[in-house]
Amino acid sequence: MTDTSATSLSDQLAARFGDTLTLSTVRNETTAELAAADLIAVATALRDEPAFRFSELIDLCGVDYLGYGQTEWDTESVSGTGFSRGVEGQAMGRFTWAERPRDSNHPRRFASVIQLLSIEHNRRLRLRVFCDDDSMPLLPSLTLIWPSVNWFEREAFDLYGIIFDGHQDLRRILTDYGFVGHPFRKDFPLIGNVEVRYDPEQKRVIYEPVSIEPRVLVPRTIRDDADLMQARAEAADQWREN
Amino acid sequence: MQEIRNYTMNFGPQHPAAHGVLRLVMEMDGETIVRADPHIGLLHRGTEKLAESKPFNQSIGYMDRLDYVSMMCNEHAYVRAIETLLGIEAPVRAQYIRTMFDEITRILNHLMWIGSNGLDLGAMAVFLYAFREREELMDVYEAVSGARMHATYYRPGGVYRDLPAQMSQYRESPWHKGNDLKRINSWREGSMLDYLDAFTADFPSKVDEYEELLTTNRIWKQRTVGIGVISPELAQQWGMTGVMLRGSGVEWDLRKKQPYAKYAEMDFDLPVGVNGDCYDRYLCRVEEMRQSNRIIQQCVQWLKANPGPVMVKNFKVAPPSRVEMKEDMEALIHHFKLFTEGYCVPAGETYCAVEAPKGEFGCYLVSDGANKPFRVHLRAPGFAHLSSMDTIVRGHMLADVVAMIGTYDLVFGEVDR
Repeated sequence: MTDTSATSLSDQLAARFGDTLTLSTVRNETTAELAAADLIAVATALRDEPAFRFSELIDLCGVDYLGYGQTEWDTESVSGTGFSRGVEGQAMGRFTWAERPRDSNHPRRFASVIQLLSIEHNRRLRLRVFCDDDSMPLLPSLTLIWPSVNWFEREAFDLYGIIFDGHQDLRRILTDYGFVGHPFRKDFPLIGNVEVRYDPEQKRVIYEPVSIEPRVLVPRTIRDDADLMQARAEAADQWREN
Repeated sequence: MQEIRNYTMNFGPQHPAAHGVLRLVMEMDGETIVRADPHIGLLHRGTEKLAESKPFNQSIGYMDRLDYVSMMCNEHAYVRAIETLLGIEAPVRAQYIRTMFDEITRILNHLMWIGSNGLDLGAMAVFLYAFREREELMDVYEAVSGARMHATYYRPGGVYRDLPAQMSQYRESPWHKGNDLKRINSWREGSMLDYLDAFTADFPSKVDEYEELLTTNRIWKQRTVGIGVISPELAQQWGMTGVMLRGSGVEWDLRKKQPYAKYAEMDFDLPVGVNGDCYDRYLCRVEEMRQSNRIIQQCVQWLKANPGPVMVKNFKVAPPSRVEMKEDMEALIHHFKLFTEGYCVPAGETYCAVEAPKGEFGCYLVSDGANKPFRVHLRAPGFAHLSSMDTIVRGHMLADVVAMIGTYDLVFGEVDR
């Protein structure tokens, strides 16, 4: 059986790359965070060096960290404001384009997360690269290292507007021809901006501003309950009894 | 002399061989393909964004609709990701049920594949044979979840309910009558596990029938042998997984290499191709059906002998029973909380993958501690496979593109998400 333990991978990475990578291992999954400028050199080494041999890039996806950890429902203190706090909110799906959140306090919103797989060593590694500039998120393209990243980068560009420098064919991939905006960004409304219908008078399909209203019903809540921890411990006991 | 130029051809999205909504723009030199540019996204529904706006459990149903011919495998990846972040584990019996249903799903998927791929390449009869058995397995889906396809059966912490003790019988109708009806119902006299016993005893002979129609069929071999050859290096460069990788001779299967559920306890073999062409991948998939059959048999045997709970008894994650709700106020509160607000998942991130019939189906889940996921990314095998289309089909004939689309085993629900 090949070595699948994540700790030895993390040690090897630390020895080879030093401060270039910020490593963390949680639940046997190793994540390495690195700067965009180092990405190409590190990726090439990870693919080619016998100790790593990450021959497959399994996945690349964009992440927008705007609003990370924000809630709509106060669970810490008692309030007298009643039910309305449940239906007014700024989180996902509850705003139109005009009311979109414009909080730019979050340092570095956009990141791309890469999942690598080494078939030879039977292990996985996750890389996270943040874009330095939020208004113009730019990352180097990995298409020359793993060709499979081609469409994944197109997808991240389409949905998040992350631009991959050096990509030969950075077109939209999932959204409609002529789509405006990057729909998976956290400040893009869930209801969208336009809707289409067939107009019998003009005898063609036309675009119109959306007529539906934001209608996400369940508020975003963060609870750090003691009883959640308790329940988890109980469940673990129960499971052992079975 | 007459000037001959390349021309551009549009294939799909409304084409019976496009397996849904693939649009291919091809540059042709006569019958030969110079460049193929797949346009996807015609079935994009924004599943990942929708999942971000809902409590965790409410998105399980969306997973069925991704790869809509291997429903429960998709659920498995998503549910596993949630379980990993929550730090809970499903009871053993639920793990066996999941293993069994993953394999039932694999057979369902491969039956759909062998039928439609046969149809694409001109073998009409296989489709009719394959759908006969597919129907029998659909009944199992229905018996366990109430739905023939979009089951929403796997839940974080286990499965929705235990296997039914009685398989429902067919009534007489213009379509089922006489000896036919008697034969169908003779399997359904006992529990669902008895039914599966009967099915798995019978199924290998049915696979022989498909093989009889195709494996040595001259036309089938002419259409698939030496078509779409993928070397092991190329397969890895293009992020291929599942049969696309094994067909090229790389022995890689998550069920063996990174076992989940109860695969570590199962005895099964891994078919691996030699030449990496469409014919080898066909042989791999046929053999996989036989191996899945073996796994189902082992699960059925275990499940018959070992009754037990199928869901964790953690009311923060799993609903209490109706009986408890009527008697216990705590249970009522738990039920209300669970179905309105849902449960909060501790902050963190994870990537969980399962060996879906088409390849590695993964779920990258980021939680910030809320009752809704912060980011869900679904890694669909078909998306990675289709992106290699241009490289693979260059220099092939137009008709081989159809063979290639077939061998990729594409379903646009998962490619477009």
